[in-house]
Amino acid sequence: MFVREYLLGNAAIARGLLEAGVGLVAGYPGTPSSEIIETLVDLNSERSLHVEWSVNEKVALEVAAGASWTGSRAAVTMKHVGLNVAADAFMTLAYLGVGAGLVVICADDPYCHSSQNEQDSRRYAQFAGIPCLDPKNPGEAKEMAAFAFELSEKFNIPVMLRPTTRVSHARANVEIGPDEAHRRQGKFIKNPARRVALPTHARPLHSELLAKQAAMEEALESAPWNRLALRGKVGIIASGIAGLYAEEVIFELDEDISFLCIGAYPLPKRLISRMLSHVSRVLVIEELEPVVEEQVQILARIANPNVEILGKEGFIPREGELDYFLVRNAIARMLGKAERQALQNPAVSILPPRPPSLCAGCSHRATYYAMRKVFGKKAIYPSDIGCYTMAVNMGTVDTCLCMGASITLASGIRFGGETEGICCSLGDSTFLHGGMTGLLNAAYNKARITVTILDNSTTAMTGHQPNPGTGMTATGEATVQVSIEALARALGAGMVETVDPYHMDETIESFQRAKEYPGLSVIIARQPCVIKARRSGARRKPFQVSEDCIGCKICLDFGCPAIEFERDMARINALCTGCGVCAAICPSSAIQEVAR
Amino acid sequence: MRTSECDMVIAGVGGQGVILISDVIGRAAVMAGKPVCGAETHGMAQRGGSVINHTRIGCRFSPMVALGGADVLVALEPGEALRFAHFLSPAGVALVNTRPVLPSTVTCGIADYPPLPEILAPLKAQCSKVLAMDATALAEKAGTAQAMNVVMLGALARYIPLSEELIVQALSLVVPPRFLEVNKKAFALGKAEVE
Repeated sequence: MFVREYLLGNAAIARGLLEAGVGLVAGYPGTPSSEIIETLVDLNSERSLHVEWSVNEKVALEVAAGASWTGSRAAVTMKHVGLNVAADAFMTLAYLGVGAGLVVICADDPYCHSSQNEQDSRRYAQFAGIPCLDPKNPGEAKEMAAFAFELSEKFNIPVMLRPTTRVSHARANVEIGPDEAHRRQGKFIKNPARRVALPTHARPLHSELLAKQAAMEEALESAPWNRLALRGKVGIIASGIAGLYAEEVIFELDEDISFLCIGAYPLPKRLISRMLSHVSRVLVIEELEPVVEEQVQILARIANPNVEILGKEGFIPREGELDYFLVRNAIARMLGKAERQALQNPAVSILPPRPPSLCAGCSHRATYYAMRKVFGKKAIYPSDIGCYTMAVNMGTVDTCLCMGASITLASGIRFGGETEGICCSLGDSTFLHGGMTGLLNAAYNKARITVTILDNSTTAMTGHQPNPGTGMTATGEATVQVSIEALARALGAGMVETVDPYHMDETIESFQRAKEYPGLSVIIARQPCVIKARRSGARRKPFQVSEDCIGCKICLDFGCPAIEFERDMARINALCTGCGVCAAICPSSAIQEVAR
Repeated sequence: MRTSECDMVIAGVGGQGVILISDVIGRAAVMAGKPVCGAETHGMAQRGGSVINHTRIGCRFSPMVALGGADVLVALEPGEALRFAHFLSPAGVALVNTRPVLPSTVTCGIADYPPLPEILAPLKAQCSKVLAMDATALAEKAGTAQAMNVVMLGALARYIPLSEELIVQALSLVVPPRFLEVNKKAFALGKAEVE
């Protein structure tokens, strides 16, 4: 039975995986990919597939590969930068191939809505020689997720599904059907020539990988997501969601334009060549990198050397995301028609900025306050990827590169000759993801730095997923709760202390000892994420400001959204969660718990 | 040529319940057998930041409303109405909750929040009609300030091509059963406000 539902793109992908009989799904949270696994967890109660949050993306891909080699259809989910972490496994899996189908779902984030860069994963697929499916909407993403397994099995190769933010976080009416039986064959068949990447095996496997490119291209040429409609002598080639913008413009302008929509890579060379032979001018519309455009340039030399190819040069930006407006103007320019003026909204300038910020009562703010108080203005504060990166205005976030880089950058800054204090920080999930090797390296190579693990006992920024420090799996089962203290000691830290950042004096004293410690020190600042604490029913008494307030604004500078300033006095608003840190830093003792 | 039956932009502050409104509209549209799509904000921007949601009823194209193309702008916060006013079509309608949520830049004293008339005046210049209401007060009247988004949904119901029955039916699928009565009351108060 098929029904229609209004589904988030990521939920549609999850449905596609179930309808293809997936046996295992592993991933690491990352916007915009996280809801795929969350949906599977919600839907999994009466199903038998294995769903896990892995420690990082490399781990997730390897777990999925193992399941695939054991005959279970397997998928792995991550955001685009996660593929950098998983790249080692990704590149060689293209050689070794799969058992049952293996799908790598890698969600790109053009415009960096919630990311540190906007790399284009289609390049990775091209680099590895792996097919890539590039959906334009949730419905297509669901169909592709299911088709990817067939393709993977047919060509004995992992397949990439690459939604972007505007697909993963779009909603649409999607047709959903029944599940396939979840394929978990459960037999690893030994085959060293295809499972052991020794040089003698890798060489022939590389030849095989190259040889199957033409066959994959041939098979995808007729994929339903590549569509060619030959009409007038002017053409548009568009990929992924850009295809939807282009279709909307063509419909609205009601122009006689030939149109090729592309949703699968390797690119459909015959369709592109037919388009190029038919038109005298063609505009290539794609987000980020000119992946399609470069192929079009190459194919045009044979198909039609006189065709005028327009694209990244002056028509379509190579950065950010596209939208209807940008695409409409590019098409209008190609047709010699009037472009629309960008709509102005000058009155916006009267509005105060509303940047995302740490929540009221967030313990990261308290930890950073204590850190800064002890280490001072001149110290260097390498930071990392998580909610706490939003504390950049507190002066305790001097770097943010990639997951786990706080500790390694701190080490390099020390070895590079910096003599000031160095106190880096990263979250619990980030530490377990990519920080542990950096801590081991810092210990091994004798870096004199302080590492602060901001342990809010969850992966907060991406929606509160559990991690190995929480004692709970993705599906809510109890499991081993890994001790971060024991880990830090085992990795070689000389001083390891745990503090409750809501206790300001204790936290400051601990940072003081770390600052003076002549080796590698680790402070674990532990206090559950306020959002998570509230959801689990924890309530503290709120605080209020008394008449003793002298209007010094020290609490205001602390930056908690629960503290306002009104008529020369601080005031605590309804957002207060009762952490009490402002009371501890008030020099006039004018902030007290509300008596009940 | 119109590429959608009704385009709307729903704006607010992270945590106010923008996504619930679009989810209800989307489900109601699916029940009505209409193609529908939308795009929403997740991740970093949700942490107390500005949130914008696009929803398009009767549309087979992209989920994003074009600048100058929105038939309706629903704003759960007045400043956010103005921030996204350029999405409104000149013939469009803006539905605005007048209760401000002060951003951290204001509570910290580094920026000022403009008085309501200064926000509504430029908004009026962008569209055909602005309907401003204290939706938070109406929600409190219904039983809880949290239902403010459903008050706005009730007001919105009049301006979209979906029947009230279907919208309320979709609402009952989205809110927990024990809050349904309060939400139905909030919906009715919002609807009455624009009649």
